[in-house]
Amino acid sequence: MKALRAVRMERCIGCHSCSLACARQVHSVLSWNKSGIRISSAGGLSTGFEARLCLACKPAPCAQACPTGSLAQRRDGGVIQKKNLCIRCGECARACPVDAIFLDHQVNPYVCIHCGRCVEFCPHDCLEMEELPRTPKDKGGSDD
Amino acid sequence: MIRDFFRILKMDLTTGKATLLERPGRNQYLGGTGLAAMLFEEFGHLDRDWDDPEQPLIFAIGPLTGYYPLMSKTCCAFRSPYHNQYAESYAGGKSALSLRFADLDALVVVGRAERLSALCVGSRRVETRDVEYMRGFDALRTGRIVRKIFPGSGRRSILRIGPAGENLSAYACINVDTFRHFGRLGGGTVMGAKNLKAICILGDRGFDLPGGKEYSALYKDIHKQLTTTEMMAKYHGLGTAVNINPLNELKSLPWKNLQQTSSPEADNISGERFAQDTLLRNAACAGCPVGCIHVGFVREQFQANNQYLYRQVGYDYEPIFSCGGMLEVTDAPQVLRILDVIEKEGLDNMSAGVALAWATEALEKGVITLEQTVVPLAWGDAENYMRGVEMISRPPNDFYRLLAQGTLKCARVYGGEDFACVLGQEMAGYATGEVFFISEALGFRHAHLDSGGYSYDQKYEDKNVTQALDFLVSDARERIVLNCMVGCLFARGVYKDALMAQALEAVGYGALNESLASIGERVQRLRWRLRLGMGYDPLKVTIPKRYTEVTTWKGPIDPEYLDALRIGYAARIMEMGAPLPETGE
Repeated sequence: MKALRAVRMERCIGCHSCSLACARQVHSVLSWNKSGIRISSAGGLSTGFEARLCLACKPAPCAQACPTGSLAQRRDGGVIQKKNLCIRCGECARACPVDAIFLDHQVNPYVCIHCGRCVEFCPHDCLEMEELPRTPKDKGGSDD
Repeated sequence: MIRDFFRILKMDLTTGKATLLERPGRNQYLGGTGLAAMLFEEFGHLDRDWDDPEQPLIFAIGPLTGYYPLMSKTCCAFRSPYHNQYAESYAGGKSALSLRFADLDALVVVGRAERLSALCVGSRRVETRDVEYMRGFDALRTGRIVRKIFPGSGRRSILRIGPAGENLSAYACINVDTFRHFGRLGGGTVMGAKNLKAICILGDRGFDLPGGKEYSALYKDIHKQLTTTEMMAKYHGLGTAVNINPLNELKSLPWKNLQQTSSPEADNISGERFAQDTLLRNAACAGCPVGCIHVGFVREQFQANNQYLYRQVGYDYEPIFSCGGMLEVTDAPQVLRILDVIEKEGLDNMSAGVALAWATEALEKGVITLEQTVVPLAWGDAENYMRGVEMISRPPNDFYRLLAQGTLKCARVYGGEDFACVLGQEMAGYATGEVFFISEALGFRHAHLDSGGYSYDQKYEDKNVTQALDFLVSDARERIVLNCMVGCLFARGVYKDALMAQALEAVGYGALNESLASIGERVQRLRWRLRLGMGYDPLKVTIPKRYTEVTTWKGPIDPEYLDALRIGYAARIMEMGAPLPETGE
């Protein structure tokens, strides 16, 4: 199971192509923040850029905080989002330890679902889909 | 499409009140420069000077802003403190996408705040703050503080001025997101006159996309062309600084206040040399994958025992020409140190460099004295040029006060007009020949990007006045269409007619395709009409003697050809800007 990682952010030029791609392709909006990945400076443009995106926690605090099952735990980390179940309480964003979930003014949550569709739009190869280590529970008895 | 009309926020700093306006006109003015001119016609005053509080400062984007790569610039329009006529300037950074996502096609600022203020606008926010405590703060420090008072990292743009804008130098710029600028013709001065230290634009909305797969597929295709072909390699690689060596070889590189058009030293400040010795990293405007912004670094020892600080300074061809070659500063880090001071003071770097080049020659020739320049300005002396920049921004005497209003204005009082390198405004870095000199001197923005005059000089050796003028007018018109979009002019090779038509069609603006050429002409005429209405007389434009003493790859400049172009272009401008016929019953 793979997760999106911003592994080479020191290369980032701040073009926001990834955010625009996610918003366009995953969420069908024109936006740079209604997106699973958002780019900001670490404190002004002279400090370089950082990506705000889901770190694929397991257990995912956002899924645990979600009262309706709109965000559900993915097998090896991260969440699956079912928008129709969302009641827009915003608990997921509050629970995220790294501010990776964006809430728009109607409290719609935008979170990375690790689909990797933004990767090809990064002109400097900052992003990568990485295989997540399988968690012990999932290994089951396969080591035998 | 988001809408087929314009949505405009008009902010009155005198009353503190904002008004949201809707205006038709998309099919007549498209956006960008067209929208800005349309708004100036509505809100501007032909009969009042540039510093009248009621004169508007306008920021406008286009129909495709945010929709496609490189549709990432903003047009800023105002009555210029430099020549008291209608003017405009372009910048990128995050300004364009911030306006788009603030759900505004344009922001119009009128009035004058009682005390130094900062304005914040967003899709659900309008607010002004008293920032009197920031008076005298440089542009970088101002940016750092505005970031704190208006949070929204990653989805906002911060426009601000330095001391030069507050002190009303006629060529103060507006710094946009640290590395970009509304540079030319004094936009920063207009902010200063309005007591407006900074504007924060919060891009906090999103929009539905057109249905179907066409738009997404087209975006992908354009993005691919821009990032995987050689089309943009020049801008991404060495950046515009790549021009130093070829222009030097063509004897078209202004050097030492245009006493020369080439120098064996040019290679020391070439794009290649900057990349090798000082380039720290690239950056990009939001919505552009090219990344043409080149950030260099300098380090300085500030104390004994190996105590260093470092600075990050953006560079491009133009700043290197004006603060390198024109001042004969031939060491890349020294050029960056001068640019860093210009950045902080908030001046247009071309005007500041060219003004100091003139002052150096004037001092050398005894036209002015050390008492006036305070420091002994001398070719290659970066330390004193850095002090010179500060004195333009914060004038200690009448000489610098006047130099801050424009080189030619200063030369008219002190002498030395013959060698003032002014073509409308302090010149851009192309000494390619007669067509460029006229193109810049009489062009609307006094920029090399008004039209491809510099390129025409390099392509055609013959001296066909009509053909050259036809080219200037039609090329400017084509660029105006892209400036209505407000696309980056680096993308003009990408967004050819067919692709532009496809791009408009895919987001629902296909109906505009039939009228693009007529919109270009309408906007071209309107802009000149506004300028002529403010007293501009193109026939009174003079070309300083220095330009007739220049030698390019074609040989010496031909003064007769130059003059024929000047008179001919002036006539074309008068014709384009003629008043509209009466439409009475």
